[in-house]
Amino acid sequence: MSAPTLAAPAADMAPPAQRGRGRISGVTSAFWLFVGPFVVGLVIFVYVPIAWSVILSFSRAQNTVTPGDWVGLQNYIDLLRPGPFLDSLITFTIFAAFIVPLTFVLSLGLALLLNQVRIMRAFFRSVYFLPTACSYVVASLVWKLSIFNGVRFGLANTVLSWFGVDNIAWLATTSPPWYWLVIVTVRLWLQIGFYMILFLAGLQRISPELYEAAAVDGARNAWQTFRYITFPQLRATSVAVLLLLLINAYQAFDEFFNLVGNSSFARPPLVYLYYTAQFNQDFGHGTAGAVILALLIMIVTLAQGRIFGFGRAE
Amino acid sequence: MSAPTSAVTATVPREQQGAVRRRRRRVTLGSVVASVLRYLALIISAVLFLLPFYLILRNALSKDTDITAPGWRLFPEQLHWENFAELFTDPSVNILQSLANSAIIAVLQTAGILLICSMAGYGLARIPYRWATPIFYATLVTLMIPPAVTFIPSFIIVSQLRWVDTYQGIIVPVLFSGFTTFLFRQYFLNFPRSLEEAARVDGLGYFGAFWRVVVPNSGAFFAAIAVITFIASWNAFLWPLIIGQDASMWTVQVALSTFLTAQTINLHELFLAAAVSIAPLVLVFVFLQRYLVQGVAETGIKG
Repeated sequence: MSAPTLAAPAADMAPPAQRGRGRISGVTSAFWLFVGPFVVGLVIFVYVPIAWSVILSFSRAQNTVTPGDWVGLQNYIDLLRPGPFLDSLITFTIFAAFIVPLTFVLSLGLALLLNQVRIMRAFFRSVYFLPTACSYVVASLVWKLSIFNGVRFGLANTVLSWFGVDNIAWLATTSPPWYWLVIVTVRLWLQIGFYMILFLAGLQRISPELYEAAAVDGARNAWQTFRYITFPQLRATSVAVLLLLLINAYQAFDEFFNLVGNSSFARPPLVYLYYTAQFNQDFGHGTAGAVILALLIMIVTLAQGRIFGFGRAE
Repeated sequence: MSAPTSAVTATVPREQQGAVRRRRRRVTLGSVVASVLRYLALIISAVLFLLPFYLILRNALSKDTDITAPGWRLFPEQLHWENFAELFTDPSVNILQSLANSAIIAVLQTAGILLICSMAGYGLARIPYRWATPIFYATLVTLMIPPAVTFIPSFIIVSQLRWVDTYQGIIVPVLFSGFTTFLFRQYFLNFPRSLEEAARVDGLGYFGAFWRVVVPNSGAFFAAIAVITFIASWNAFLWPLIIGQDASMWTVQVALSTFLTAQTINLHELFLAAAVSIAPLVLVFVFLQRYLVQGVAETGIKG
């Protein structure tokens, strides 16, 4: 990648001295020494696969990843007809409608609560943050086998029985409310602490003078302070959190795979694509689905950038 | 499992506004009640957050009959430490192999990402070269597409390289993180130039300035990225599931998931394996939380 001391002519910004042997000083060779490995990797493992997939998505590719058997837009048409792929987008929409607002409100609430106390604050912060260390697989395991075990003596059913509530089968039933409760709470537990840290960092950046000014201007109760000072000041953080939550929900795989597997009733896009490509070896539809998902997420990101200005160096 | 307070250093600077507002606030009955309610809410939340961790430990040291049993009790009468021996000698559950796989993959991935992305970020931030801007834009474009969405394309390239069921198949494709490179570039843009100029005056090229001046003075940032990367790598599931198909290549997450869905092993072994799998991260968490919090604040906001 690098040819030391080869680039004498390009060395317009060359450092003062070229003492010592083989010291890399030319701008060109230095640049490629630093950035070259990354660029090569980016091309091989990001750009080539994406290009390959776009091409493959116009082919019938059963049990093969070689394009050739051209079918035009047929793979896309198949996916966008009413069927499992569109169902998976609906599943994602339902999931996002629960998980995004719930995580937002609860993590903001915890951050506000923590920001108001002084004793033991670091301890509580650590406790809420601790689930970040846990994987979705382990959390799914606890949720499925222990807390929401559908048998008579799972934890949730035991607690419910104290109140005279009948046994609930949780994941073992396909009627809507109960498996959603399991799926949503597992992600809530795992990610609230993470977003709470983001909100805490945002809260710490709010200038204390603003609160003084608000007090002078007659903001007396906590709600007014929150409504007119805290929340507007958290705008940048809130926007970032909402976008992250949405993108992460879009990529949901681990907990669905481990809790409900390849079920027709709660199968988000990535789980559907996993079974299409890995089990059915149908790479034509698999890559077409990946292209659609990538386009959808790019549209969301770009729309957000239009509205809020993404990518600007601060 | 509870995080010891002693090891937790408060990175988030103490609020200054507290000091300002405290002077104005008088101790009234109302404020005492509010304070009690606040702590009550915090304590109830803390119990809920810790409960799953407790359940893992409790079930790991129980017999199957105590995990879901009539008359289920929160605190089991007896702890079965012999479960450890049972788990590690069970020939059908090669948990040590998958723990070793996870460790190898997470360590190499973290080291590789730090090396490749920090150098690329530095080059893009500091070396004036005509390709710097186009490459930076080519990097930014990739940020719009999360890697999870393109797992099929990535799998195709790995299979063409005949890297399925290999360490490099799991490790290498993840190393070229546009996002981490972006974070490093932003960080190096704010690195004090005067320090580097001093190094240049001393006759160091870009390479020398980077390794002898910039890296040694950026320990906290590197540590923050390292902790975040290590945790993400240890907990990764989808990519190792696709590439590490043979049981000998399973990471601990894939192994746990397989046992969970196939239910081929005892419940208490499964919970003990889960407890063992999160132990390294809880250690990282307790001792390096300062960097972790910084890393989260850093990566989250700019994402």
